Amino acid sequence: MISLSFANVIELSFNSLSYAALLFLLASGLSLIFGVMRIVNLAHAAIFLFAGYISLEFYNIIYGDASILPRIIQALAWAALYFAWHSLSKVSGEGRATLGILGAYIVIEIITSTIWGFNFYELFFPVIKVQKIDKVSFLALSAAIAVSVVMVALGGMFIERFFLRRFGQDTLAQVLVTIGFAFILQDGSLYTWGGDNFIFESPWPFNSSAVIGGISFPLYRLLMIIIAVLVGISLFFGIDRTRLGAIMRATVDDPEMARGIGINTNIVSMSIFAIGALLAAIGGVVGGAFFGVYPGLDFEILPYAFAVVIIGGLGSLVGAVVGSLVVGFMENFGTALFPELSYFALFAPMAIILAIKPTGLFGKG
Amino acid sequence: MGSPQERKRIYIVLGVFGTLALITPFLDLFLQSLVTEILIFGLLAMSLDILLGFTGLASLGHAAYFGVASYASAIVMTKKSWVITYAMYTGASEAGLGLLFLFFVGILVAFIFAAFFGFLAIRAKDVYFLMITLSLAMVVWGLAYRWSAVTEGDNGIIINERPTLLGMSIAEGLPFFYFTLVVFLLCLGALYVIVQSPFGRTLVGIREREERMEMLGYNIWLHKYLAFIIAGTFSGVAGVMWTLYNLFVSPPDVELITSAEALFMVALGGPATLVGPVIGAAIIRSLQQFVSIYVERWPLILGSIYIITIMVSRLYGVDGLLGFAKKFRSSSAASEKSES
Repeated sequence: MISLSFANVIELSFNSLSYAALLFLLASGLSLIFGVMRIVNLAHAAIFLFAGYISLEFYNIIYGDASILPRIIQALAWAALYFAWHSLSKVSGEGRATLGILGAYIVIEIITSTIWGFNFYELFFPVIKVQKIDKVSFLALSAAIAVSVVMVALGGMFIERFFLRRFGQDTLAQVLVTIGFAFILQDGSLYTWGGDNFIFESPWPFNSSAVIGGISFPLYRLLMIIIAVLVGISLFFGIDRTRLGAIMRATVDDPEMARGIGINTNIVSMSIFAIGALLAAIGGVVGGAFFGVYPGLDFEILPYAFAVVIIGGLGSLVGAVVGSLVVGFMENFGTALFPELSYFALFAPMAIILAIKPTGLFGKG
Repeated sequence: MGSPQERKRIYIVLGVFGTLALITPFLDLFLQSLVTEILIFGLLAMSLDILLGFTGLASLGHAAYFGVASYASAIVMTKKSWVITYAMYTGASEAGLGLLFLFFVGILVAFIFAAFFGFLAIRAKDVYFLMITLSLAMVVWGLAYRWSAVTEGDNGIIINERPTLLGMSIAEGLPFFYFTLVVFLLCLGALYVIVQSPFGRTLVGIREREERMEMLGYNIWLHKYLAFIIAGTFSGVAGVMWTLYNLFVSPPDVELITSAEALFMVALGGPATLVGPVIGAAIIRSLQQFVSIYVERWPLILGSIYIITIMVSRLYGVDGLLGFAKKFRSSSAASEKSES
């Protein structure tokens, strides 16, 4: 055991709090998705990392040499593809249209790559050259959050609508499909943005530290705490006090009855999945200046996210707050005091809580 | 055993493995080692099939028992500062029983972990069972990753050489393949006897209609618990084989991805068939070896395979490849019947 001074304890507590704030952003979405849809989303941390990469590209477009042109071409290419498929399938059926387009693609790919040495598929999946951006303004950070949130929410709706919805309560299918998406997002990020480790600079005025009584408090960590608190409060009021929240809760409690009184539960589930992904996206962008973004970060933090939701209780917002605090403090103090057994100290109580109360400390039902 | 159909199936399986034993000496070293790897992961997937396929419990932490056995056998072989176990191992090796000792330790540790974890997990249902097995496996992963005094942490444990089997060397690829095949077939036989026994039929009954089995007076908890222990113990055998095969153990062997891969092998090959998971393992492992030679983007392809397999199997209501074969056969049999 290592003994800690008072200053150490203060510093560690502050670090734990800010770590817990980030964990809350990551885990509240996971908990929400589970609570409402009973889906164990193993792609959640991959979504978190993906949002970090989106903000990296966004910074590069604003400050660096990256151009937005490949993205515009990409959007047009996909739209053209969809249009071609749609009109072909009206004429000759969906199966033949798909095969025909695949055949046309192979021919075009061979022609372009042999004659011009250009990979046709890069129109659909562009490779973006990114570099480290040193100065990021607070406005750019906010804009990056907005952009990532929109992108990721749209992606989440797509995944829910076309994949997860078809499985109902088939847990095995959910797990394997979401882990499939985790692999695809992970490797897709590696393909698009490369494998370097990028850590973002904190925006002014959060790039300095406040020194109080000889202990330094990095202001960016304070910002993380503020953002998490704001998100937590808006989630609480959104779910507890608004009409939309009431519709959501009705869908959770009794989907059949909710459908009976005219609630479109399909749209509700899709929105919930999008909101869950969006929360991870906020965490991913904010966490970019804390963890950085690099391949493999997703599977490193996924266990923490699970620890939070399991300790707090799946599907409970209060539980997510408590779980984040417990995990944040356990991780920081555990690593400082007994580094070798810190994971054990984190995961063992979690397993025991689950064994005694399978729904977690604050979970219902 | 049983019906002529069942006997025919046994002959087919024995025929396939007999052929494998005959042709493997003529394969190159790369393929020999691939076949060995497939058998080991096939054993892991097969043991999970007892839980997932026969009992209907989706465990997302099966790599834990595989991993603890793997680590236990590696630690016994290399940890000189643990005087008692090391002395026991060296003593056993000198008597030519080193390998048996490793299996004894690995299986015992896997058994103990499965017995303890199963005790915690079995009460939970459906998605909660999945979460608790996941978190229990994370406990094991956390120990493997951070408890470096015992597990060497991220660096993993490197083993210098394989012990001998009663004085015979299995250091070369081919003898090791035969050794793996024998262990594999013994486990396959044992698992087959288990699933064909009244106990195994009860497990299937629990999967299909838990309440009815309870009404009939079966002890559901005990049956599930025993199934959990059996699955964990047999994956321990696979774990020891993995240590011997790879001569290296590291935290990725215990992590979530390995557990998910085992689940996927079962889902791909066909749950509740025992040999189906082995086919699943063969497909995934050989694709991984071959595709990653030619293409950089293996995880992308693997992810797509996961999604496509599940989409196809759920949308068309077929259970993996063997389920597909069965459906195909029954539909052709039906058409033959209607013709005659």
